[in-house]
Amino acid sequence: MAAATETLLRTPLHARHRAAGGRLVPFAGWEMPVEYAGIRVEHLAVRTEAGLFDVSHMGQVETSGPDAERFLQRVLSNDVGRLEEGRAQYSVLCRDDGGALDDLFTYRTAPDRYLTVTNAANHGRDFAWLSDHGRDFDVTVRDVAADHAMLALQGPAARTLLDRHLDGEAPARMRVATARVAGVDCLVCGTGYTGEDGVELLCAPDGAEALWDALTSDGATPAGLGARDTLRLEVCFHLYGNDLSEERDPVSAGLGWACKLDTDFIGSEALRRVKPAERLVPFAFTGPGIPRPGNPVLVEGEPAGVVTSGTLSPCLGTGIGMAYVPAEVTGPGTPIEVDVRDRRRPAEVRDKPLYQKED
Amino acid sequence: MADESYPEELLYHAEHDWARIEGDEATFGITWYAQDTLGEVVFFDPPETGKQTSKDQSYAEVESVKAVSDVYAPLSGEIVAVNERLTGDDGQPEKINEDPYGEGWLVRVKLSDPSERDALLDAAAYKDLLETS
Repeated sequence: MAAATETLLRTPLHARHRAAGGRLVPFAGWEMPVEYAGIRVEHLAVRTEAGLFDVSHMGQVETSGPDAERFLQRVLSNDVGRLEEGRAQYSVLCRDDGGALDDLFTYRTAPDRYLTVTNAANHGRDFAWLSDHGRDFDVTVRDVAADHAMLALQGPAARTLLDRHLDGEAPARMRVATARVAGVDCLVCGTGYTGEDGVELLCAPDGAEALWDALTSDGATPAGLGARDTLRLEVCFHLYGNDLSEERDPVSAGLGWACKLDTDFIGSEALRRVKPAERLVPFAFTGPGIPRPGNPVLVEGEPAGVVTSGTLSPCLGTGIGMAYVPAEVTGPGTPIEVDVRDRRRPAEVRDKPLYQKED
Repeated sequence: MADESYPEELLYHAEHDWARIEGDEATFGITWYAQDTLGEVVFFDPPETGKQTSKDQSYAEVESVKAVSDVYAPLSGEIVAVNERLTGDDGQPEKINEDPYGEGWLVRVKLSDPSERDALLDAAAYKDLLETS
Protein backbone atom coordinates (compact mmCIF):
# COMPACT_ATOMS: atom_id res chain seq x y z
CA MET A 1 0.00 0.00 0.00
CA ALA A 2 2.67 2.49 1.03
CA ALA A 3 4.85 1.55 -1.93
CA ALA A 4 1.98 2.03 -4.36
CA THR A 5 1.18 5.43 -2.88
CA GLU A 6 4.70 6.64 -3.59
CA THR A 7 4.27 6.10 -7.31
CA LEU A 8 1.02 8.07 -7.53
CA LEU A 9 1.08 11.41 -9.28
CA ARG A 10 0.20 14.53 -7.33
CA THR A 11 -1.46 17.67 -8.56
CA PRO A 12 -0.03 21.13 -7.77
CA LEU A 13 -2.76 21.43 -5.13
CA HIS A 14 -1.72 18.39 -3.12
CA ALA A 15 -0.63 20.44 -0.09
CA ARG A 16 -3.89 22.41 -0.22
CA HIS A 17 -5.92 19.18 -0.14
CA ARG A 18 -4.04 18.00 2.91
CA ALA A 19 -4.48 21.36 4.63
CA ALA A 20 -8.22 21.32 3.87
CA GLY A 21 -8.59 17.88 5.49
CA GLY A 22 -9.03 16.06 2.19
CA ARG A 23 -9.18 12.29 2.22
CA LEU A 24 -6.72 11.34 -0.51
CA VAL A 25 -7.22 8.16 -2.51
CA PRO A 26 -5.65 6.63 -5.62
CA PHE A 27 -7.60 7.51 -8.76
CA ALA A 28 -6.42 6.74 -12.29
CA GLY A 29 -2.79 6.86 -11.19
CA TRP A 30 -3.21 10.07 -9.20
CA GLU A 31 -3.55 10.78 -5.53
CA MET A 32 -6.80 12.74 -5.43
CA PRO A 33 -9.16 14.08 -2.75
CA VAL A 34 -12.36 12.02 -2.65
CA GLU A 35 -13.90 14.23 0.05
CA TYR A 36 -13.12 16.97 2.57
CA ALA A 37 -16.02 17.76 4.92
CA GLY A 38 -18.16 14.96 3.45
CA ILE A 39 -19.65 14.07 0.09
CA ARG A 40 -23.16 15.18 0.98
CA VAL A 41 -22.29 18.67 2.25
CA GLU A 42 -19.96 19.24 -0.70
CA HIS A 43 -22.65 18.07 -3.10
CA LEU A 44 -25.22 20.42 -1.58
CA ALA A 45 -22.73 23.31 -1.58
CA VAL A 46 -22.42 22.91 -5.35
CA ARG A 47 -26.20 22.71 -5.82
CA THR A 48 -26.91 25.76 -3.66
CA GLU A 49 -23.74 27.93 -3.62
CA ALA A 50 -20.39 27.16 -5.18
CA GLY A 51 -17.87 24.34 -4.97
CA LEU A 52 -14.29 24.14 -6.18
CA PHE A 53 -12.84 20.92 -7.59
CA ASP A 54 -9.24 20.15 -8.42
CA VAL A 55 -9.43 18.25 -11.69
CA SER A 56 -5.77 18.63 -12.57
CA HIS A 57 -5.55 14.88 -13.10
CA MET A 58 -7.39 15.36 -16.38
CA GLY A 59 -5.18 15.51 -19.46
CA GLN A 60 -4.98 17.97 -22.31
CA VAL A 61 -3.96 17.55 -25.93
CA GLU A 62 -3.35 20.52 -28.20
CA THR A 63 -3.97 20.16 -31.91
CA SER A 64 -2.76 22.94 -34.20
CA GLY A 65 -1.89 23.56 -37.82
CA PRO A 66 -3.59 24.15 -41.16
CA ASP A 67 -5.35 20.76 -41.10
CA ALA A 68 -6.43 20.93 -37.45
CA GLU A 69 -10.15 21.19 -38.18
CA ARG A 70 -10.11 18.54 -40.89
CA PHE A 71 -8.11 16.19 -38.67
CA LEU A 72 -10.34 16.58 -35.62
CA GLN A 73 -13.40 16.14 -37.82
CA ARG A 74 -11.95 12.76 -38.76
CA VAL A 75 -11.23 11.56 -35.21
CA LEU A 76 -13.98 13.19 -33.11
CA SER A 77 -17.61 12.14 -33.35
CA ASN A 78 -19.20 15.59 -33.26
CA ASP A 79 -19.27 18.09 -36.13
CA VAL A 80 -16.00 19.92 -35.54
CA GLY A 81 -16.78 22.06 -38.61
CA ARG A 82 -19.44 23.75 -36.51
CA LEU A 83 -17.11 24.44 -33.60
CA GLU A 84 -16.35 28.14 -33.88
CA GLU A 85 -13.41 29.90 -32.31
CA GLY A 86 -14.10 30.56 -28.61
CA ARG A 87 -16.55 27.69 -28.31
CA ALA A 88 -16.64 24.30 -26.62
CA GLN A 89 -17.90 21.00 -27.97
CA TYR A 90 -18.46 17.54 -26.49
CA SER A 91 -17.59 14.47 -28.53
CA VAL A 92 -16.62 10.82 -28.37
CA LEU A 93 -13.36 9.35 -29.59
CA CYS A 94 -14.21 6.09 -31.34
CA ARG A 95 -12.39 3.10 -32.69
CA ASP A 96 -13.12 1.82 -36.19
CA ASP A 97 -15.71 -0.57 -34.80
CA GLY A 98 -17.48 2.25 -32.94
CA GLY A 99 -16.18 1.30 -29.48
CA ALA A 100 -15.65 4.39 -27.35
CA LEU A 101 -12.03 5.22 -26.46
CA ASP A 102 -12.97 8.32 -24.46
CA ASP A 103 -15.43 11.15 -24.19
CA LEU A 104 -13.96 14.61 -24.50
CA PHE A 105 -14.47 18.33 -24.42
CA THR A 106 -12.69 20.27 -27.15
CA TYR A 107 -12.17 24.03 -27.04
CA ARG A 108 -11.32 25.99 -30.18
CA THR A 109 -8.87 28.55 -28.82
CA ALA A 110 -7.78 30.00 -32.20
CA PRO A 111 -8.77 29.45 -35.85
CA ASP A 112 -6.20 26.68 -36.24
CA ARG A 113 -5.78 25.61 -32.61
CA TYR A 114 -7.83 23.31 -30.37
CA LEU A 115 -7.44 22.10 -26.82
CA THR A 116 -8.99 18.73 -25.98
CA VAL A 117 -9.49 17.58 -22.39
CA THR A 118 -9.06 13.85 -21.76
CA ASN A 119 -9.97 11.55 -18.90
CA ALA A 120 -6.93 10.87 -16.73
CA ALA A 121 -7.10 7.10 -17.15
CA ASN A 122 -7.27 7.40 -20.94
CA HIS A 123 -4.87 10.25 -21.55
CA GLY A 124 -1.90 8.21 -22.72
CA ARG A 125 -3.99 6.09 -25.03
CA ASP A 126 -5.87 9.12 -26.40
CA PHE A 127 -2.67 10.99 -27.11
CA ALA A 128 -1.13 7.99 -28.87
CA TRP A 129 -4.30 7.54 -30.94
CA LEU A 130 -4.42 11.20 -31.92
CA SER A 131 -0.68 11.38 -32.72
CA ASP A 132 -0.85 8.25 -34.87
CA HIS A 133 -3.81 9.44 -36.88
CA GLY A 134 -2.37 12.96 -37.09
CA ARG A 135 0.49 11.73 -39.26
CA ASP A 136 -1.72 11.82 -42.34
CA PHE A 137 -2.55 15.49 -41.76
CA ASP A 138 -0.66 18.77 -41.62
CA VAL A 139 -1.12 19.11 -37.85
CA THR A 140 0.93 19.19 -34.69
CA VAL A 141 -0.52 17.09 -31.87
CA ARG A 142 1.06 17.89 -28.50
CA ASP A 143 0.60 16.34 -25.08
CA VAL A 144 0.17 19.46 -22.95
CA ALA A 145 -1.14 17.80 -19.79
CA ALA A 146 1.96 18.74 -17.81
CA ASP A 147 1.48 22.40 -18.76
CA HIS A 148 -1.92 22.63 -17.11
CA ALA A 149 -3.61 22.59 -13.77
CA MET A 150 -7.39 22.48 -13.98
CA LEU A 151 -9.99 23.65 -11.47
CA ALA A 152 -13.75 23.52 -11.75
CA LEU A 153 -15.78 26.24 -10.00
CA GLN A 154 -19.38 25.08 -10.08
CA GLY A 155 -22.70 26.14 -8.60
CA PRO A 156 -25.35 28.85 -8.85
CA ALA A 157 -23.01 31.34 -7.13
CA ALA A 158 -19.94 30.34 -9.16
CA ARG A 159 -20.07 33.18 -11.69
CA THR A 160 -20.70 35.89 -9.11
CA LEU A 161 -17.78 34.57 -7.12
CA LEU A 162 -15.58 34.36 -10.19
CA ASP A 163 -16.45 37.92 -11.24
CA ARG A 164 -14.93 39.28 -8.03
CA HIS A 165 -11.54 37.88 -9.05
CA LEU A 166 -11.78 38.25 -12.78
CA ASP A 167 -9.89 40.69 -14.94
CA GLY A 168 -11.90 40.42 -18.15
CA GLU A 169 -15.22 38.90 -19.01
CA ALA A 170 -16.41 35.41 -18.17
CA PRO A 171 -17.43 33.30 -21.17
CA ALA A 172 -21.05 32.18 -21.45
CA ARG A 173 -21.99 28.52 -21.27
CA MET A 174 -20.15 26.37 -23.82
CA ARG A 175 -17.76 29.22 -24.62
CA VAL A 176 -14.15 29.78 -23.76
CA ALA A 177 -11.98 32.87 -23.21
CA THR A 178 -8.60 33.81 -21.83
CA ALA A 179 -8.68 36.00 -18.73
CA ARG A 180 -6.79 36.70 -15.53
CA VAL A 181 -8.37 35.22 -12.43
CA ALA A 182 -6.83 36.25 -9.09
CA GLY A 183 -3.82 37.46 -11.06
CA VAL A 184 -3.36 34.09 -12.79
CA ASP A 185 -3.57 33.72 -16.58
CA CYS A 186 -6.36 31.26 -17.28
CA LEU A 187 -8.32 29.71 -20.05
CA VAL A 188 -11.83 30.14 -18.67
CA CYS A 189 -14.32 27.60 -20.01
CA GLY A 190 -18.07 27.77 -19.53
CA THR A 191 -18.31 24.04 -18.99
CA GLY A 192 -18.58 21.56 -16.14
CA TYR A 193 -19.66 18.15 -14.98
CA THR A 194 -22.21 18.94 -12.29
CA GLY A 195 -25.38 20.16 -14.02
CA GLU A 196 -24.84 23.57 -12.44
CA ASP A 197 -23.68 26.79 -14.01
CA GLY A 198 -20.01 27.50 -13.56
CA VAL A 199 -16.62 27.46 -15.18
CA GLU A 200 -13.57 25.31 -15.58
CA LEU A 201 -10.23 27.08 -15.26
CA LEU A 202 -7.06 25.93 -16.97
CA CYS A 203 -3.81 27.55 -15.85
CA ALA A 204 -0.09 26.87 -15.53
CA PRO A 205 0.63 24.48 -12.64
CA ASP A 206 2.42 27.20 -10.65
CA GLY A 207 -0.70 29.36 -10.68
CA ALA A 208 -3.02 26.73 -9.22
CA GLU A 209 -2.42 27.52 -5.56
CA ALA A 210 -3.11 31.24 -5.96
CA LEU A 211 -6.32 30.42 -7.78
CA TRP A 212 -7.39 27.86 -5.19
CA ASP A 213 -6.60 30.22 -2.29
CA ALA A 214 -8.46 33.18 -3.79
CA LEU A 215 -11.60 31.18 -4.60
CA THR A 216 -11.80 29.10 -1.41
CA SER A 217 -11.12 32.08 0.86
CA ASP A 218 -13.98 33.87 -0.89
CA GLY A 219 -16.51 31.16 -0.15
CA ALA A 220 -16.05 28.33 -2.65
CA THR A 221 -16.36 25.00 -0.82
CA PRO A 222 -13.59 22.50 -1.60
CA ALA A 223 -15.31 19.54 -3.23
CA GLY A 224 -13.83 16.14 -3.99
CA LEU A 225 -14.24 13.40 -6.54
CA GLY A 226 -16.98 11.80 -4.43
CA ALA A 227 -19.28 14.80 -4.85
CA ARG A 228 -18.20 15.15 -8.46
CA ASP A 229 -19.53 11.64 -9.05
CA THR A 230 -22.87 12.11 -7.25
CA LEU A 231 -23.42 15.48 -8.97
CA ARG A 232 -22.78 14.13 -12.46
CA LEU A 233 -24.91 11.06 -11.87
CA GLU A 234 -27.92 13.10 -10.72
CA VAL A 235 -27.85 14.83 -14.11
CA CYS A 236 -26.94 11.66 -16.04
CA PHE A 237 -23.54 12.67 -17.39
CA HIS A 238 -21.51 9.65 -18.44
CA LEU A 239 -18.45 8.47 -16.58
CA TYR A 240 -15.98 6.80 -18.90
CA GLY A 241 -15.02 3.37 -17.59
CA ASN A 242 -18.46 2.95 -16.01
CA ASP A 243 -21.14 4.03 -18.48
CA LEU A 244 -18.97 4.15 -21.55
CA SER A 245 -16.15 1.87 -22.64
CA GLU A 246 -14.48 0.26 -25.63
CA GLU A 247 -17.08 -2.51 -25.39
CA ARG A 248 -19.93 -0.01 -25.58
CA ASP A 249 -20.75 2.24 -28.50
CA PRO A 250 -21.90 5.84 -28.01
CA VAL A 251 -25.29 5.27 -29.65
CA SER A 252 -26.26 2.57 -27.11
CA ALA A 253 -24.89 4.88 -24.41
CA GLY A 254 -27.34 7.59 -25.43
CA LEU A 255 -24.68 9.81 -26.98
CA GLY A 256 -26.04 9.64 -30.52
CA TRP A 257 -26.62 13.40 -30.32
CA ALA A 258 -22.83 13.90 -30.17
CA CYS A 259 -22.20 11.56 -33.12
CA LYS A 260 -22.67 13.34 -36.44
CA LEU A 261 -22.48 10.32 -38.71
CA ASP A 262 -22.28 12.33 -41.94
CA THR A 263 -18.96 13.88 -40.87
CA ASP A 264 -17.24 10.56 -41.72
CA PHE A 265 -15.36 10.26 -38.41
CA ILE A 266 -13.55 7.07 -37.49
CA GLY A 267 -16.23 4.71 -36.25
CA SER A 268 -19.10 6.42 -38.06
CA GLU A 269 -19.51 3.63 -40.56
CA ALA A 270 -19.85 1.05 -37.81
CA LEU A 271 -22.21 3.27 -35.82
CA ARG A 272 -24.43 3.71 -38.87
CA ARG A 273 -25.16 -0.01 -38.69
CA VAL A 274 -25.72 -0.12 -34.93
CA LYS A 275 -29.19 -1.19 -33.87
CA PRO A 276 -28.71 -1.12 -30.12
CA ALA A 277 -29.72 -4.33 -28.37
CA GLU A 278 -29.20 -2.54 -25.06
CA ARG A 279 -29.47 1.06 -24.06
CA LEU A 280 -28.19 3.03 -21.12
CA VAL A 281 -31.07 4.32 -19.03
CA PRO A 282 -31.31 6.31 -15.80
CA PHE A 283 -33.26 4.75 -12.97
CA ALA A 284 -34.25 5.51 -9.39
CA PHE A 285 -35.08 3.20 -6.52
CA THR A 286 -38.69 3.34 -5.35
CA GLY A 287 -37.71 1.87 -1.96
CA PRO A 288 -34.60 1.58 0.19
CA GLY A 289 -31.10 0.65 -0.89
CA ILE A 290 -28.19 1.95 -2.92
CA PRO A 291 -27.33 0.52 -6.34
CA ARG A 292 -23.67 -0.08 -7.17
CA PRO A 293 -21.83 -0.67 -10.46
CA GLY A 294 -22.02 -4.32 -11.46
CA ASN A 295 -25.37 -5.01 -9.76
CA PRO A 296 -27.58 -7.16 -12.03
CA VAL A 297 -30.82 -5.62 -13.33
CA LEU A 298 -33.97 -7.73 -13.52
CA VAL A 299 -36.97 -7.11 -15.72
CA GLU A 300 -40.09 -9.08 -14.85
CA GLY A 301 -37.94 -11.14 -12.53
CA GLU A 302 -35.43 -12.20 -15.18
CA PRO A 303 -31.79 -11.05 -15.45
CA ALA A 304 -31.77 -8.39 -18.15
CA GLY A 305 -28.95 -5.94 -17.66
CA VAL A 306 -26.34 -4.38 -15.46
CA VAL A 307 -25.86 -1.21 -13.40
CA THR A 308 -22.89 0.85 -14.58
CA SER A 309 -23.16 3.73 -12.11
CA GLY A 310 -25.03 3.89 -8.82
CA THR A 311 -25.14 5.95 -5.67
CA LEU A 312 -27.42 7.56 -3.14
CA SER A 313 -28.68 10.85 -4.56
CA PRO A 314 -28.06 13.55 -1.97
CA CYS A 315 -30.77 15.75 -3.53
CA LEU A 316 -33.44 13.08 -4.07
CA GLY A 317 -32.63 10.98 -1.02
CA THR A 318 -33.00 7.73 -2.95
CA GLY A 319 -30.75 5.29 -4.72
CA ILE A 320 -30.14 6.30 -8.34
CA GLY A 321 -28.08 4.99 -11.19
CA MET A 322 -27.65 4.20 -14.84
CA ALA A 323 -27.90 0.73 -16.31
CA TYR A 324 -27.73 -1.02 -19.66
CA VAL A 325 -31.06 -2.75 -20.25
CA PRO A 326 -32.66 -4.34 -23.34
CA ALA A 327 -33.65 -1.63 -25.80
CA GLU A 328 -37.35 -2.48 -25.48
CA VAL A 329 -37.51 -1.68 -21.74
CA THR A 330 -36.20 1.86 -21.92
CA GLY A 331 -39.49 3.72 -21.40
CA PRO A 332 -39.63 6.01 -18.37
CA GLY A 333 -41.80 4.48 -15.66
CA THR A 334 -40.89 0.90 -16.60
CA PRO A 335 -40.50 -1.05 -13.36
CA ILE A 336 -37.23 -2.90 -12.91
CA GLU A 337 -35.42 -4.53 -10.01
CA VAL A 338 -31.79 -4.25 -9.05
CA ASP A 339 -30.08 -7.15 -7.34
CA VAL A 340 -28.00 -5.48 -4.62
CA ARG A 341 -25.92 -8.23 -3.03
CA ASP A 342 -28.77 -10.76 -3.29
CA ARG A 343 -31.53 -8.39 -2.25
CA ARG A 344 -33.92 -7.32 -4.96
CA ARG A 345 -34.59 -3.63 -4.78
CA PRO A 346 -37.55 -2.15 -6.70
CA ALA A 347 -36.74 0.67 -9.10
CA GLU A 348 -38.09 2.34 -12.18
CA VAL A 349 -36.63 3.73 -15.37
CA ARG A 350 -36.65 7.52 -15.33
CA ASP A 351 -36.18 10.40 -17.73
CA LYS A 352 -32.92 12.32 -17.94
CA PRO A 353 -31.90 14.14 -15.85
CA LEU A 354 -32.71 12.35 -12.62
CA TYR A 355 -32.41 15.61 -10.74
CA GLN A 356 -33.79 18.85 -12.12
CA LYS A 357 -33.45 22.20 -10.46
CA GLU A 358 -36.69 23.88 -9.49
CA ASP A 359 -36.94 27.32 -11.03
CA MET B 1 -18.56 13.88 13.53
CA ALA B 2 -17.53 12.61 16.91
CA ASP B 3 -13.98 12.91 18.20
CA GLU B 4 -11.88 9.77 18.12
CA SER B 5 -12.45 7.60 21.18
CA TYR B 6 -12.53 3.96 22.29
CA PRO B 7 -14.44 3.66 25.57
CA GLU B 8 -12.82 1.49 28.25
CA GLU B 9 -16.05 -0.28 29.17
CA LEU B 10 -16.49 -1.86 25.70
CA LEU B 11 -14.95 -4.93 24.11
CA TYR B 12 -13.70 -4.79 20.53
CA HIS B 13 -13.49 -7.04 17.50
CA ALA B 14 -10.58 -6.70 15.09
CA GLU B 15 -12.99 -5.96 12.23
CA HIS B 16 -13.73 -2.64 14.01
CA ASP B 17 -16.88 -3.56 15.86
CA TRP B 18 -17.69 -3.11 19.54
CA ALA B 19 -19.85 -4.94 22.08
CA ARG B 20 -21.30 -3.62 25.34
CA ILE B 21 -22.11 -6.68 27.44
CA GLU B 22 -24.87 -6.37 30.04
CA GLY B 23 -25.75 -9.69 31.68
CA ASP B 24 -26.64 -12.22 28.99
CA GLU B 25 -27.29 -9.55 26.37
CA ALA B 26 -25.00 -7.25 24.41
CA THR B 27 -25.31 -4.18 22.22
CA PHE B 28 -23.22 -4.08 19.01
CA GLY B 29 -21.96 -1.19 16.92
CA ILE B 30 -19.04 -0.07 14.79
CA THR B 31 -16.03 1.78 16.17
CA TRP B 32 -15.00 5.37 15.64
CA TYR B 33 -12.27 4.12 13.31
CA ALA B 34 -14.77 2.15 11.22
CA GLN B 35 -17.16 5.08 10.74
CA ASP B 36 -14.28 7.46 10.01
CA THR B 37 -12.89 5.15 7.33
CA LEU B 38 -16.30 4.73 5.75
CA GLY B 39 -17.28 8.41 5.76
CA GLU B 40 -20.79 9.69 6.27
CA VAL B 41 -23.13 6.72 6.71
CA VAL B 42 -26.20 7.14 4.51
CA PHE B 43 -27.80 3.69 4.73
CA PHE B 44 -28.05 0.96 7.34
CA ASP B 45 -29.64 -2.25 6.18
CA PRO B 46 -30.71 -3.87 9.45
CA PRO B 47 -31.06 -7.60 10.01
CA GLU B 48 -34.41 -8.90 11.21
CA THR B 49 -34.98 -9.49 14.89
CA GLY B 50 -34.96 -13.19 15.69
CA LYS B 51 -32.04 -13.84 13.34
CA GLN B 52 -28.86 -15.34 14.69
CA THR B 53 -25.49 -13.66 14.70
CA SER B 54 -22.37 -15.80 14.53
CA LYS B 55 -19.13 -14.46 15.94
CA ASP B 56 -16.83 -13.19 13.17
CA GLN B 57 -19.60 -13.36 10.56
CA SER B 58 -21.22 -10.41 8.81
CA TYR B 59 -24.75 -9.70 10.07
CA ALA B 60 -25.51 -6.35 8.41
CA GLU B 61 -24.20 -3.69 6.04
CA VAL B 62 -23.59 -0.01 6.47
CA GLU B 63 -23.12 2.18 3.42
CA SER B 64 -21.62 5.57 2.74
CA VAL B 65 -22.17 7.34 -0.57
CA LYS B 66 -19.04 5.73 -1.95
CA ALA B 67 -18.76 2.38 -0.24
CA VAL B 68 -20.44 -0.61 1.36
CA SER B 69 -19.04 -2.12 4.54
CA ASP B 70 -19.95 -5.42 6.12
CA VAL B 71 -20.58 -5.34 9.85
CA TYR B 72 -19.18 -8.32 11.74
CA ALA B 73 -20.66 -9.84 14.85
CA PRO B 74 -18.26 -9.70 17.79
CA LEU B 75 -20.32 -12.40 19.53
CA SER B 76 -22.94 -15.07 18.71
CA GLY B 77 -26.57 -14.85 19.67
CA GLU B 78 -30.09 -13.92 18.67
CA ILE B 79 -30.96 -10.41 17.58
CA VAL B 80 -33.62 -9.10 19.94
CA ALA B 81 -33.69 -5.47 18.80
CA VAL B 82 -32.38 -3.26 16.00
CA ASN B 83 -31.85 0.48 16.27
CA GLU B 84 -34.96 1.69 14.44
CA ARG B 85 -33.74 5.25 14.63
CA LEU B 86 -31.16 4.48 11.94
CA THR B 87 -33.59 2.93 9.45
CA GLY B 88 -36.63 3.70 7.34
CA ASP B 89 -37.67 6.84 5.51
CA ASP B 90 -37.05 9.11 8.49
CA GLY B 91 -33.99 7.18 9.60
CA GLN B 92 -30.87 8.96 10.73
CA PRO B 93 -28.02 6.60 9.82
CA GLU B 94 -25.65 9.53 10.33
CA LYS B 95 -26.03 8.88 14.07
CA ILE B 96 -23.47 6.14 13.47
CA ASN B 97 -20.97 8.91 12.68
CA GLU B 98 -22.15 11.37 15.29
CA ASP B 99 -22.36 8.99 18.23
CA PRO B 100 -20.95 5.57 17.30
CA TYR B 101 -21.06 4.20 20.87
CA GLY B 102 -24.38 5.76 21.86
CA GLU B 103 -27.27 6.68 19.57
CA GLY B 104 -25.48 4.98 16.70
CA TRP B 105 -25.74 1.47 18.17
CA LEU B 106 -26.86 -1.15 15.64
CA VAL B 107 -28.39 -4.22 17.28
CA ARG B 108 -29.04 -5.81 20.65
CA VAL B 109 -28.32 -9.52 20.93
CA LYS B 110 -29.17 -12.26 23.43
CA LEU B 111 -25.87 -14.08 23.73
CA SER B 112 -25.67 -17.82 23.09
CA ASP B 113 -22.10 -18.31 24.29
CA PRO B 114 -20.96 -15.63 26.76
CA SER B 115 -17.50 -17.25 26.96
CA GLU B 116 -16.77 -15.94 23.45
CA ARG B 117 -16.04 -12.59 25.06
CA ASP B 118 -12.62 -13.90 26.08
CA ALA B 119 -11.53 -13.69 22.44
CA LEU B 120 -12.35 -9.97 22.17
CA LEU B 121 -9.97 -7.07 22.66
CA ASP B 122 -10.09 -4.47 25.40
CA ALA B 123 -9.77 -0.80 24.46
CA ALA B 124 -5.99 -0.74 24.92
CA ALA B 125 -5.45 -3.84 22.77
CA TYR B 126 -7.77 -2.49 20.06
CA LYS B 127 -5.90 0.83 20.00
CA ASP B 128 -2.65 -1.11 19.65
CA LEU B 129 -4.17 -2.94 16.70
CA LEU B 130 -5.06 0.35 15.03
CA GLU B 131 -1.59 1.73 15.53
CA THR B 132 0.18 -1.31 14.14
CA SER B 133 -2.08 -1.91 11.13
